[in-house]
Parts: sequence; C-alpha cells; structure tokens
Amino acid sequence: MRIFDFDKEVRFMSLRWPAMIFSTLLILGSIVSLVVNQLNWGLDFTGGTVIEVGYQQPAKLEQVRKQLNEVGFGDAVVQHFGSSEDVLIRLAPREGVKSDTLGDQVMTALRASGEQVDMRRIEFVGPQVGEELTEQGGLAMLVALICILLYVAMRFEWRFGLGSVAALAHDVIITLGLFSVLQLEFDLTVLAAVLAVIGYSLNDTIVVMDRIRENFRKLRKGEPEEIINVSLTQTMSRTIITSGTTLLVLLALFFKGGALIHGFATALLFGIFIGTYSSIYIASSVALMLGISKEDLMPTEVEKEGADLDPLP
Amino acid sequence: MLNKYPMWKYLMVILVVAVCALYASPNLYGEDYAVQVSASRNAEVDTRLFEQVKSDLQQAGVDIKSIALEEGHLLIRLKSGDDQLLVKEQLEASLGNNYVVALNLAPATPDWLDGIGASPMKLGLDLRGGVHFLMEVDMKAAITRSIEQMEDDFRNSLREEKLRYRRVEQKSDRVDVQFRDQETLDQAINFLEKNNPGILFKDEGELLMTATLSELRLKEIREYALKQNITIMRNRVNQLGVAEPVIQRQGSDRIVVQLPGIQDTARAKEILNATATLQFRMVDIEHDVRDAVEGRVPPGAQLLMDRKGQPQLLDKRIMLTGDHIVDASSSFDEYGRPQVNIKLDSEGGNKMSRGTKDNIGKPMATVFIEYKPTSEKDKDGKIVFEKHEEVINVATIQARLGNSFRITGIDSPAEAQNLSLLLRAGALVAPISIVEERTVGPSLGQENIELGMQAIFWGLVLILAFMPIYYRKFGLVANTALLVNLVMIIGVMSMIPGATLTLPGMAGIVLTVGMAVDANVLIFERIREELRDGRSPQQAIHHGYDSALSTIADANITTLIAAVILFAVGTGPVKGFSITLAIGILTSMFTAIVGTRAIVNAVWGGKRLNNLSI
Repeated sequence: MRIFDFDKEVRFMSLRWPAMIFSTLLILGSIVSLVVNQLNWGLDFTGGTVIEVGYQQPAKLEQVRKQLNEVGFGDAVVQHFGSSEDVLIRLAPREGVKSDTLGDQVMTALRASGEQVDMRRIEFVGPQVGEELTEQGGLAMLVALICILLYVAMRFEWRFGLGSVAALAHDVIITLGLFSVLQLEFDLTVLAAVLAVIGYSLNDTIVVMDRIRENFRKLRKGEPEEIINVSLTQTMSRTIITSGTTLLVLLALFFKGGALIHGFATALLFGIFIGTYSSIYIASSVALMLGISKEDLMPTEVEKEGADLDPLP
Repeated sequence: MLNKYPMWKYLMVILVVAVCALYASPNLYGEDYAVQVSASRNAEVDTRLFEQVKSDLQQAGVDIKSIALEEGHLLIRLKSGDDQLLVKEQLEASLGNNYVVALNLAPATPDWLDGIGASPMKLGLDLRGGVHFLMEVDMKAAITRSIEQMEDDFRNSLREEKLRYRRVEQKSDRVDVQFRDQETLDQAINFLEKNNPGILFKDEGELLMTATLSELRLKEIREYALKQNITIMRNRVNQLGVAEPVIQRQGSDRIVVQLPGIQDTARAKEILNATATLQFRMVDIEHDVRDAVEGRVPPGAQLLMDRKGQPQLLDKRIMLTGDHIVDASSSFDEYGRPQVNIKLDSEGGNKMSRGTKDNIGKPMATVFIEYKPTSEKDKDGKIVFEKHEEVINVATIQARLGNSFRITGIDSPAEAQNLSLLLRAGALVAPISIVEERTVGPSLGQENIELGMQAIFWGLVLILAFMPIYYRKFGLVANTALLVNLVMIIGVMSMIPGATLTLPGMAGIVLTVGMAVDANVLIFERIREELRDGRSPQQAIHHGYDSALSTIADANITTLIAAVILFAVGTGPVKGFSITLAIGILTSMFTAIVGTRAIVNAVWGGKRLNNLSI
C-alpha cells in the first residue's frame, strides 16, 4: 500500500512565506497569551496541596465545597477529576499553618458526615521545593536546546543547527502557548512531554536535513530551493507515516491512560503535530534563508564523485 | 552474497533477545502475599526465631507457602491476603515488642531465576501506592545551636582559667569576646585555640576577639545533623512496620523517606515526628524493689523495667532531661572497657552538678522514653500513642558531675554504641520539616497500572494492525521487531537495579512503541525508493538499510540527549519516564536495525527475487 506517490517534487518551499507568516502569528499569539494569561502552573511549581478523593457515587461538588468552607478551607478549588466519582481539591500554600498536615485535615473534614471517602492521592509541595523545580525545569529546557544545537551543528552545519533549533523553539513556544490559551495545568509530567516533543521534532527535522544534505551532494544541478523541495517530497511519506503511528499510540494514551496522564498526552499530541509541520516549513526555510548552499555541505575530504565539480552558478 | 548474515550474527541476535527475555520473565510470575519479620532493638533474626515462627504458625493452622531466612529478616509467603492479616496479628502477639512484623508483597520469582539475579521490575510509588516524603533538615538551627554552645563553653572555660573578660556575646554567625587588656586576650586566644580545634579565633583590635566556625567544622556540623536525622528516621520507620522502606539523603540538607504500602499518612507522620526523650533520675535505694514489685510502690517513686527485664525502683524527680545533651559518643576507658561520653550544655551541666553533689556513690538511672503508636484510635480518629519508658542504664555516681561526664560499666562496645545513639536521639541537633509529600492510595496505584497497561495494549494493537496493511510482509517483520523491543525494554528495566517503573514511565513505553517503528519506516521507505529507481530487490534491501543507518542514528541520539537531560534534572516519576524513554530508544535501535535485518536476511536474503512484498 502506498498513500503518497509523487512523480514530481512538491513545491513546498513556494509556500514558505505564507507558512512563515502563519508561524510568526502563532508564536506572537503564544507569547502574548503566556504574558497575559501565563501558564496554569501545576502543584509541582507553585507549591501547595492537592488531594484526590473517591466517592462511592457521583460526588456533589457544592457539598464538598460547603464541607471544606466550614473548616476554613474556603479558598479550596474543587473539581471533578477523570470521572464524576473522583474529586480533586487544590489548596494554595498558606502562611503560618503547618501545611504538611493540611491533607489529613481535609480528609477528616470530608469524612465528618459519615460518608465513605476514599483517599486516592495527597500531594504536598512546599513553596521552596516548587521554586527549585521551576528553576530546574527551565534549566533542563535550556540545556536540552543548547546540547541539541551543539550536536546538530557538529554533525551537520551551523545553518542547519540554527534551523533545527529555530524549529524546536517554535514547537516549544507554541505548545506552551496552547497550554496557556486553554489554561491546561502545566506540571512536571507536561514538562517531560515538552522535552520529549523536542526530541521527537528534532528526529523529524534531522531526517529531512539528512536527505537535503545527501541530495545536495548527489544532485549536481539545482537551486537550493529545488533540492529542498525534492528532499521534502522524498521524505514526505516517512514523515507522515511516523507521525501517524506516533499519533495513533498517543491517542491510545490519551483515551486509555487515565486522567493523571492527560496533560502529558495532550502536550505530546499537539507537539508532534506542530513538530511535523515545523520540520517541513521552519527548519528548512530558516536554513534556506541563511543561504545554505552546495559548498557548505560538501565534506571537507576529497570524495571520488563531486570533488572536481564546478561551484554552483 | 548480498543480504546474508554470517551465522554468528544470527546467534548474537538470538542470544541478546533470549537474555532479555529471560530477565523479563520474572515479571510474569506475579507476587505472593507475604509477612516480613525483622528485628528491632536488642533482638536478632536467627534460626531460633525461624523455628519459633514455624511452630507458632503450625499451631495456628495457617497454610504457609514458604518461610525463608533472608538477609536480616524472615519472609513468610502465604496463599491469600486474609492469611496475611491473620499471620501478622498472630506473630505480633507472639513475638512481642522486639520484632517488627510488616505486610509485604514478595515477587514469586522461581528459585532458578532468582539464582541468576533475575527479578521483576520495581514499581514506583505511583503504581504501588505508598508515601513519599521529602524532609528538610534545618541547618541554620544546627549551626545556631553550635554557636550557642560556643558561647557557653567560652564563658565557662575562660572563667575556669581565670582569664577575665568584659563580655561574651553571641552574634548570628560568630561569638565576640571583649577583654580588658591585650595580654589576657593573647592568653585567651592561645588557650582557646588549643582546646577548640575547628574554631577560628581572631584578634580584631580594640581588645575584641571573634570566634567563627571554620568551613570544615561547618561542614561537619551539617553532615552530623543530616546523619543523625537519617539514623533517627530509620529507627522510627522500623517501628512503622513497612517492608522495603527507602531512607536516603538527597543533596546536602534533605532526606527522602519512601514508605511503600503505607496508606495512613497521618499515622506515618506522627511517628516520624514523634520524639524520643531521655531522663536522668536517681535510683530509690531506701525502699525495697521486691516490695514495689508486689504492688507496694512507695510514694514519690516509680517502678520501671530495665532492658534485661529487671525491675528498678526510681525516684520520681527528674534530675535532668535529655534535651540538655549536646553530644554523646562511645569509646573505651583506660582499662579498655566500653564507655559512653556525654556532653551537656551549661544549663544542663549546672543542673547535673547540683543534682549529683550530694549523691556521690549512689546509683543513677538513665530512662529512655518513646511514644509508640498503638493500633487504637481515640474519638477524633487520632492514633493513641503509648508512653514507653525503659531504664537503659544504671550507673554509680563517682564524683560530682559537670557538663561533661561518662557512663562506664557497660557490657559491650555494641551496647555502648547503641546507648550513645539513644542518648543522641533524645536531642535532635536540628529540627526537621516535611517539604514535599506525595501519597498514592493503593486503589489508585492498581488503577494506574491497569490504565497504563491498557494504553500500551491499545497503542500496540493499532500499530500492529497498521504496519502489515501498509508494508505487507515487511510490516510483519517490523511487528516482530516491535514485540521483541517491548520484551527487551522490560528485560533491561528488570536488569538495571535502580530503574523503577512509574506511570509516566509506562507512558514512555507507549511513546516508544509509536516511535520505534520509525526506524523501520525509514528503512522500508528507502527500500521502496531504491526499487522505484530500478534496483534489484536484493540491492534495494542492501542500500535501503545502509543509507538509512546514519539518519536513524542521528535522529535517535538527539532524543537520547533529551532523555539524559530529563534524567539529570527530573525526580521520581519524571525520572521513570526518562529511563524508559532512553532504554526504549536503545533497544528499538537494536531491534529495528539489527533485528529486522536478521529476519529479512534469513527470509529473503541470497535468493533470486523478482519483487518484494513491501
């Protein structure tokens, strides 16, 4: 079976300006949303207490709120989690109270009416730990980007390196933007997903760049734009199939993996989508704009073929 | 000939897969319900205990799968969860206070697999259920305490040496001493330097001397505070009766405590925060102990048992409490007999001095008080703690005691060490606080396992269905590689001692399943291209694999970089994700490149082919 069968190359690059404008708008939108709405930081980063409880029958949130209000937790955020029997209660870090006992206090309050309440999960993160995790998370992101830039620059060419890192930054910013616009919770697992998106998106980009390099060496004639088009066409099938299989398993994860893993699956689903797009349009376009040419990609050692070629017109 | 592997390559592939499969196999056997017995203080797990437990359980008529004496504990495997509770109660009653009985799930790995070091994957707390605490030791308090101690010491020792000073003042990180003349100052520095290694003394001019702690000493104080807290935590966790607890330092001032299977966090916290205290009291020698044992305890006295079970009659008045103890260490006296050296703060020293002045030649007892949790709860649902008092030592007062004295006449060096540990436990150098807590209920843990398995299953089914449709027979080859890859991930995860499977880790496996076929997609697309360019099938396979290789390597190394960074900065579940991701990348490269090539070569290699089923 074959879905993508192109006799002639598809002129991807002819659309590169519209794509650039589209991406720029998305990035700007994301940044505006990140500044205005910010991220809905999860417990890992803000500190505080999260309690997940299970009821026997669908829980009435109003009643839970009332019960909590009576014992002085009026500020608690109460919501369903995964199913209507499960309730998630969120408490902000508070001054003066020994916060490590909050979880137990809440459980006692909920059980006061004699109802059977199942403690499913209590997480408490002190504000200081939250701060550290935020710092570490940001650092991880930065270090990952730098290491990858170094690796790609070493293996390929600095123009490709910049191109792929531009694509990565593009993916990360827009994924974060999505979380900001939809106000989805951003916790440690989502951060892990974003880093996995970095890895995945780069995977795609590298396959494309590998082909561009190969074609620059193999095809003796041709404008850079044409060669990029040829390469993108050749790798198109692979790009779509791999993204497709990955999206398939992520759909399984999203629908079957449970509520705890939703944010993670969402970040990856979206990230892979945007990563596939960016490896076609961002990485190659940036490399092209930076003036990638045949000579840049020729190996320094003299090869049998192509060693005595004239430089491109 | 094109596309033929030498025999050793086939064998190597088969061997690698077989080893991984072998080490993955313990995961199939599940777990036994078990009860674990370990020793608390002054008891030993030995064959005598083994026999006792065996006969106890035989009497009770419980069906036992096996009893084994393992390093430091006794493991009793049972057939059902009901038996488990029954046995626990039974043993708790018959073994008494000296042993800790804990519920456990023991992997039911057959002996021959156990013998080659194969064991199932370790599950993270989010899958097993349990509590994770991150505790922070208040180092500032530890250092402040040392500085207070310094101030105290200087006052006393300068007075004793008759070195007159105007004032001694404690500052946030140092002690200032103001003298009246330069000569005394010089003498004082000389004297103090000799007696206080680790403290830096400086003449600041204008007859002012400052004393600061050296970097080395500061480090020692921090290390000591951390170690002491870890020791105490370990003792307390032992009382909780948790199988396989983890108590570990993290960084310079934190302690991780992980208690798998514990659901009652309130109880866990109360016990972890429970403090042991210590009292020095005089032994009542005016009344007869035997009378007291028979119920005639004189007023003002109290009957307590010592560690050997002997009754001791003590004066009710407390001479000194343990929070005045600054340090306690074990060593040997001039005759080589074990002893415990105790150092008190100055207030404690004064009290001790007053208390012992008129009691020289009389016995003094050291009482250790612990609050042990009982299984009862009061009406608010709080755990009832039982006050547990024990005389840990009786010694005769040889002279009027000051702020530094020693206890001799101890049976063994081990006993001396134990005593000094108990004495220190009465005075925590630095308070500890919980800065992070993650509790996962057992039902949620089980649910997480099921959800993770479902996600893996459905992801796998989707891919397995898609590949043969798109790549026909080669798709089947890729499917085989995918399944082998899954077995290899589980095998490697089981082999690496530090690797734990977490929920994000399971998500990582799902992701790997999706991405692992990428290498095959790359190769197959290449082969198709080569075929289109008019190469023969054999050449197409050959070139397809060759030219895809460097692309696959590049693409995977970058994902590996991301995984390594995640591992370096991540904690707990996220670390679990990065481990499965990294392992998945490596195994998938093996199966997708070497593994599928072996199959392709074995099936299609070396034959005359007109077309390929791709």
